[in-house]
Amino acid sequence: MENFQPVIVAFCCHYCAYTAADMAGSKRLHYPANVKIIRVPCTGKVSALHMMEALRKGADGVYVAGCLEGDCHFRTGNTRATKRVEYVKKLLDEIGIGGERVEMFSMSAGMGEIFAKTASEFTEKIRRLGPNPARGGKDHPVCVGAGA
Amino acid sequence: MITAERKPIEDLINSVSSCRRILLLGCNECVTVCSAGGRKEVALLSSALQMHFMKEGKPFEIKEITLERQCDPEYVEELVPHIDSADAVLSMACGCGVQEVARRFKDKVVLPAVNTKFMGASERQGVWAERCAGCGDCVLGMTGGVCPIARCSKQLLNGPCGGSTKGKCEVDPDIDCAWQLIWDRLKALGMTEKYEENIPAKDWRTGRGAGPRKIVREDLAS
Repeated sequence: MENFQPVIVAFCCHYCAYTAADMAGSKRLHYPANVKIIRVPCTGKVSALHMMEALRKGADGVYVAGCLEGDCHFRTGNTRATKRVEYVKKLLDEIGIGGERVEMFSMSAGMGEIFAKTASEFTEKIRRLGPNPARGGKDHPVCVGAGA
Repeated sequence: MITAERKPIEDLINSVSSCRRILLLGCNECVTVCSAGGRKEVALLSSALQMHFMKEGKPFEIKEITLERQCDPEYVEELVPHIDSADAVLSMACGCGVQEVARRFKDKVVLPAVNTKFMGASERQGVWAERCAGCGDCVLGMTGGVCPIARCSKQLLNGPCGGSTKGKCEVDPDIDCAWQLIWDRLKALGMTEKYEENIPAKDWRTGRGAGPRKIVREDLAS
């Protein structure tokens, strides 16, 4: 399990978390290469299906990173995303995969440190949980979003 | 629209657990609008079921098809090339769609994936409420456009009852008293004299009182 390298898909809002990732890079902050970032125009664009399909296609964990409460560029995209993450958590619990494999985080564009810390902590959490049971012991069949 | 809600995942897993290949059917009409059984919900349920059975190590294949209307034979016919390859059909349409597919494909097990609820309207994003009971003899013209059959807990034709308090129903404080709504609306329209009119006892044969109903339009019927 110690050698297990989880694949984490992070849906990051263009206006905050994605820029925070950029900030982390500019500051030379380290965060695990396991995290595959998908830039989205707003976390309100991330549907339950995006999260589910990322897991079904081989991700071990998924998180959505959006703006701080009240700061959404499109007013309510981040609150919608929070509700969808909760919905997916419940669904994953019901199918036996475990809702703790998805999470919602909030940060501003200037929070490079928070981005790196979040990426590291979530990766460690998923590493402790072990591989996604839906992978059936196979290697990652598809690395969702890699290079996107 | 006809509204519906997806059945609990556990029930759906149990209903298809003996199958190896299922055809998961959506409908592009009412259940799409009420986010219960359209293309998106089909994809989401497919994803969930596949993950569950992958975890269990059980071979399981799903084909997803969303028909324009599952309650119309013309569209159901489109399933002919796909039906044989499925052990069972799991339909996310309302009860009408499920039955139409079952009628057309007599040797195929057709399972409902949603619970059909009521004829309703969208109150706001993600909230639907009952508006019509299909009584077959509409009284909305007498009640200011608010239906006492669908929206009064007691279906009172001459309300309100004594359980109406501050505009709410005694059954549940979240339910508006239909007769309060009727009175407010008639008052706003300057039609309070309508309230004085006694609505006679309803002939329920136009509703479900005389068994399953049918509409035949001679000018259209083939």
